[in-house]
Amino acid sequence: MNAISPTLAKMHGRKVTVHYGSKQALFDVDLDVPERMVTALIGPSGCGKSTFLRCLNRMNDVIDGCKVGGEITLDGQDIYDPKLDVVMLRARIGMVFQKPNPFPKSIYDNVAYGPRIHGMAGTKGELDEIVRGSLEKAGLWKEVKERLDQPGTGLSGGQQQRLCIARAIAVSPEVILMDEPCSALDPIATAKIEELIDELRENFTIVIVTHSMQQAARVSQKTAFFHLGQLIEWGDTEQIFTSPKDERTQGYITGRFG
Amino acid sequence: MDHARLKRPDLSEARIRGRYAAERRFRFYGQFAVGLAIAMLGVLLFSVCSKGYSAFYRAEIALDIMLDPAVITPDGKSDADTLASADYQGLVKEALKAQFPEVTSRGDRKNLFNLVSNGAGNSVRQAVLADPGLIGSTQRIWVVAADDMDMLAKGFIKRDLPESERVVSDTQIGWYDKLDAAGQLRTAFNAVFLSAGDSREPEQAGILGALMGSIFTMLVTVLLALPLGVMSAIYLEEFAPKNRVTEIIEVNINNLAAVPSIVFGLLGLAVLLGVFGLPRSAPLVGGMVLALMTLPTIIIATRAALKAVPPSIREAAYGIGASPLQVVSHHVLPLATPGIMTGAIIGLARALGESAPLLMIGMVAFIVDVPHWPTDPATVLPVQIYLWADSPERAFIEKTSAGIMVLLAFLISMNAIAIFVRRKFERRW
Repeated sequence: MNAISPTLAKMHGRKVTVHYGSKQALFDVDLDVPERMVTALIGPSGCGKSTFLRCLNRMNDVIDGCKVGGEITLDGQDIYDPKLDVVMLRARIGMVFQKPNPFPKSIYDNVAYGPRIHGMAGTKGELDEIVRGSLEKAGLWKEVKERLDQPGTGLSGGQQQRLCIARAIAVSPEVILMDEPCSALDPIATAKIEELIDELRENFTIVIVTHSMQQAARVSQKTAFFHLGQLIEWGDTEQIFTSPKDERTQGYITGRFG
Repeated sequence: MDHARLKRPDLSEARIRGRYAAERRFRFYGQFAVGLAIAMLGVLLFSVCSKGYSAFYRAEIALDIMLDPAVITPDGKSDADTLASADYQGLVKEALKAQFPEVTSRGDRKNLFNLVSNGAGNSVRQAVLADPGLIGSTQRIWVVAADDMDMLAKGFIKRDLPESERVVSDTQIGWYDKLDAAGQLRTAFNAVFLSAGDSREPEQAGILGALMGSIFTMLVTVLLALPLGVMSAIYLEEFAPKNRVTEIIEVNINNLAAVPSIVFGLLGLAVLLGVFGLPRSAPLVGGMVLALMTLPTIIIATRAALKAVPPSIREAAYGIGASPLQVVSHHVLPLATPGIMTGAIIGLARALGESAPLLMIGMVAFIVDVPHWPTDPATVLPVQIYLWADSPERAFIEKTSAGIMVLLAFLISMNAIAIFVRRKFERRW
């Protein structure tokens, strides 16, 4: 494996294991997430890539009977440290989900919710500025600036997903986790999101789970291939797609299984 | 593959016709069931309203009453107390004697006085208190007729029955007809029914006491059951660990919903009255008992409503860094409110119509005063309806039905409030 120098990595995973009840879903995963890059997690269904993603902001805590082992650090700090406040962690690591899930509130309130609960804006003007900036970064501002008071659920699927991205970046997280963000979208909406991910890379560290290998090849700089709960191989995207070391990776990216 | 042996769907006419016929039949069963339910509800409402509407008006008799100063202000003082406590019923009787001078025997006079209610003096008192200047003059005042005359006026007493089989005698009917012919009889809106407490005299009995009792009881029930039920449900659904203990609690809540209501009444009698010594017949205790009875319904409905909130909303909120309390109070609870309100309506409607547990804590007592506070003795609408249904006088039949009308009106307005709240929180996805 080609190691990345530790100073560059934003997050480290060491011997990460996950059990759902008695079933083990992840086996000793060692993975580094480099800063200001897009890391793609690929692999067939049920391989544990989403499970690993949800370990990174402790979303698995919400699931009953889920036990996480090993060590995951953010800027060198253990995120499973019992003294660490999980709410603050999730403010630093945002998440975008598979299905667009805007709150049944106005577009404005969707984006403003995070800044409000984290006390990021003192005045209405500051809040307006955050909302506008987030929607601009998510490439949605032009489309919705005339109807910020209308429900976010009234937007199209692609717009909803960009709204969810705007909602995530409104709290200025350091890392954004994306769980198959384009799986419910048409190709045009997908292209827009991919373009957006490429822009966001300048300011954010991004981890994206995707089923589409083309997508992984297009948007990511690092790719990790998961299979049956194990991390088989990870490295530069170009290397994974052109000269994979493991034959299972080779098999998957050439479409022989998965 | 051998094409000839491949099974094809049966596309024959007969099959399609059969399927259409089955669908038509099924739809007909549904329409029949809905029609039958509406018809039964219609019959019920019609029978109640057609029997009950007559309780909202009453027969009144006009009498020329001599407002004798010797009776009203015997010792010359005309302060409010003296005016209020004078024997106006006596003046009404004098007026009747003057109207029918031919009636002299003791027994006949008693029958004559029975034309008017023994509350008839109240109308005279009101007239005098409104204008004490009337004292000394003779005034034509409308007074309340007795319930038998009321029934006669409304046609509930058959004149063609033999005299021995009706409550009014031929002579009384004669007097009644004379008054009627002289224009001294009318029917007017029965304000007493809506403004007085219970009475043994049907024409003086009102629903307000029971209505206030029900309002106070429901207030106590809502204030106890809704917050307790919703908080318990939120804790059990969102925060409690899923283990043996919570499982046992869950099973027992479900069991509690099936406990007969009278058992809650016994609990109230033994614990609330017996151990804590709370007042008998009080809406406070009634409300507490009904709150206990309603709790499981509200808890179960609230948990179902919380479960129905899509997990994606919870994840979205957690993903931004909302705390568990913020997730519940900002997102889950507002979205569950319509469902919670539906559960609350069902629970409270049942509590409003409940009488058995209230019998156990003494809310079945005969109470004349209208309660002004949840600790005042009171009865509730269903118990009042039961008490009237049990009374022998003919005039209580219409009161019973009118009581049901008031109960239904209360129920509908309570539901309207809940539906309003539900609408307010209903969101399109």
